[in-house]
Amino acid sequence: MSTDITTAVPAPPAGPSAMQRLLGLNLVRSLLVSLGVLVVGVLLLESTDAYTNTQLSSLTYFTIAAIGLTALTGLNGQISLGHGALMAVGAYTTALMLDTDSPLPFPVIALAAIVMTSLVGFVVGIGAARLHGPYLAGATLAFAVALPSVALYFKGTFNGEAGLTVISPRPPEWFVSFIDAVSGEFATSSKYVAYLGLFCLVIALFFALNLGRSKIGRHWRAVRDQEVAAEIAGINLGRTRVQAFVISAAYAGLAGAVMAMVVRLAAPTVFTLVLSLSLLTAVVIGGLGSITGAFIGSAVLVFLPPLVTDLSTDAKLSDTQAAQMSPLIYGIVLVLVMLLAPGGVMGTLSMAWRRRRARRQLTATPTKKG
Amino acid sequence: MQHFINVLLNGITQGIVIAAFALALVLIFRSTRIVNFAQGSQAMFTTYIALTLMNNDFPYWVAFLGALAAGFIIGAVLERVVIRPLEGGMELNIVIATLGLYVAIQALAAILFGSDYKSFSSPVGVQGFQVGDLNLALTPTSIFVICTVGVVVVGLTLLFQKTQLGLTMRAAAFDGEVSRILGVRVSHLLTFGWALAGLVGSVAGILVATGSFIYPSYMESLIAFGFIAAVIGGLDSPIGAVVGGLILGIVNSLVSGYLAPGLVTIGAFVVLIAVLLLKPGGLFSSTQARRV
Repeated sequence: MSTDITTAVPAPPAGPSAMQRLLGLNLVRSLLVSLGVLVVGVLLLESTDAYTNTQLSSLTYFTIAAIGLTALTGLNGQISLGHGALMAVGAYTTALMLDTDSPLPFPVIALAAIVMTSLVGFVVGIGAARLHGPYLAGATLAFAVALPSVALYFKGTFNGEAGLTVISPRPPEWFVSFIDAVSGEFATSSKYVAYLGLFCLVIALFFALNLGRSKIGRHWRAVRDQEVAAEIAGINLGRTRVQAFVISAAYAGLAGAVMAMVVRLAAPTVFTLVLSLSLLTAVVIGGLGSITGAFIGSAVLVFLPPLVTDLSTDAKLSDTQAAQMSPLIYGIVLVLVMLLAPGGVMGTLSMAWRRRRARRQLTATPTKKG
Repeated sequence: MQHFINVLLNGITQGIVIAAFALALVLIFRSTRIVNFAQGSQAMFTTYIALTLMNNDFPYWVAFLGALAAGFIIGAVLERVVIRPLEGGMELNIVIATLGLYVAIQALAAILFGSDYKSFSSPVGVQGFQVGDLNLALTPTSIFVICTVGVVVVGLTLLFQKTQLGLTMRAAAFDGEVSRILGVRVSHLLTFGWALAGLVGSVAGILVATGSFIYPSYMESLIAFGFIAAVIGGLDSPIGAVVGGLILGIVNSLVSGYLAPGLVTIGAFVVLIAVLLLKPGGLFSSTQARRV
């Protein structure tokens, strides 16, 4: 900047440019990241076949739920084995609201699913706020086992064991012409659902990125790390925990709404304890508390099972055996991650990165005076 | 009246099985402060071993003992291989590891033994007794179940109260550091504790199955019930676990008999929340303050 060589005064360090300052704002950065995911998502959806499209739709709802769970467990330190059951609340709400001749627009339905699930999450959260570790795990496990029987008891509304068939929303005119303009193909209902899932994911991601760095996120971490200090600093422990549970439940509700449309079924057999445990697997593999980790873990959940099933069918296993190979691998991976790399993928990467940087600084110190 | 008596008898039989399973959870919790979520899967796996033995023409009793031995060994191995390295780390990590075992063992059983329903016969009858005009919901099988759990409870009480081993186990659970200084091999005792819990869990698993059907997830609701019973009893009191199991069994049976069978798990969940909110230390807690 300063080219004046007559003065001996060194130039003041250049301040960040307007562009850099703008990028430094979290709001702007998270907006850019979310838009990036949106663009990548559209490109992926338009460049792959129908089967991969369905897999990508599954990826959207798994990721939404995993982001909610990783925020709860990673940022706030509360474990939940009941998120599969919370997804059921969102899914049943969606199924019931779509089951009319002229259903409301999807944003309204999604909002209703979120509100319903948040309410249930609020009730569970009040109980959960007072519990720790194994107690919390056990209580949410009991919740996950108990909730499906509501669907069995109120047979008239929820159709018992068989569950509700979800009528997928028909793509609106503008969407059909949009897809026609982009790829020249006819927009199917499942393509529309995939796009809805992608939009929900982008919005959920945008909120989560801001949440982690906001006052709320800092409060959550404070409560997780140092209860007493947090309380002295004026944070209401109980209210913060319930808040975390409600927000996390809202994510599960949105995920359930998308899942209902992708799977086209809301039944007790869909929302088993195994679903809750797979979500936990996803966030643990990815790295607790990391949103990138939630993406990685969800991708493992979606793309690993078909791979494993193919391999086991090649290995002459029967269909039922092949179907059980992926839970077997999930379980073993959960144990191995805890034993070998408790930080998951993202935790391990960031630790390696930090160690490398520290070593480089150490070797750099003697030559560079700092 | 007949309905009420039968509901009560059903509740006691169910409750005694829940109690046995809760005992297994308590055995581990009191010495290590860990709730073993894999307990149900371990028990289920050993029940399949018993069934395999029975299908190979071994008598019920041999199969029963074989399953107990398997449960004992599986418990010890899991403690050594998975739990030991995680001790002293974050509380959540062990919880997640036991959940991983839960899923893995259940899937492994489905792969090895198939996921269809298989009948598990009873060594005694399943026909209810008749007293005068009353058709009691008490079968030879339920008497067998009650007696078996009784033997387990008496055995455990004798072990803990009358033997050197039991004394050192209680000491290690009470204060591991001091016991270690006094020459107690605490690390061996922890392994033994997990093995013993595996054995007791197997008893519960077989008793649930006897005279009924088994499939890989048949212990799923019992894990929740056993945990709830253990919490009612305070999680570290063996007597509390037995009483908690009986209470929960009777509550379940009342809900099923007078409201609707579908509401049983909901009722149990309500009981759990009520206990945790009103008396978080359980009904038998000796300590006043405790983080739950």
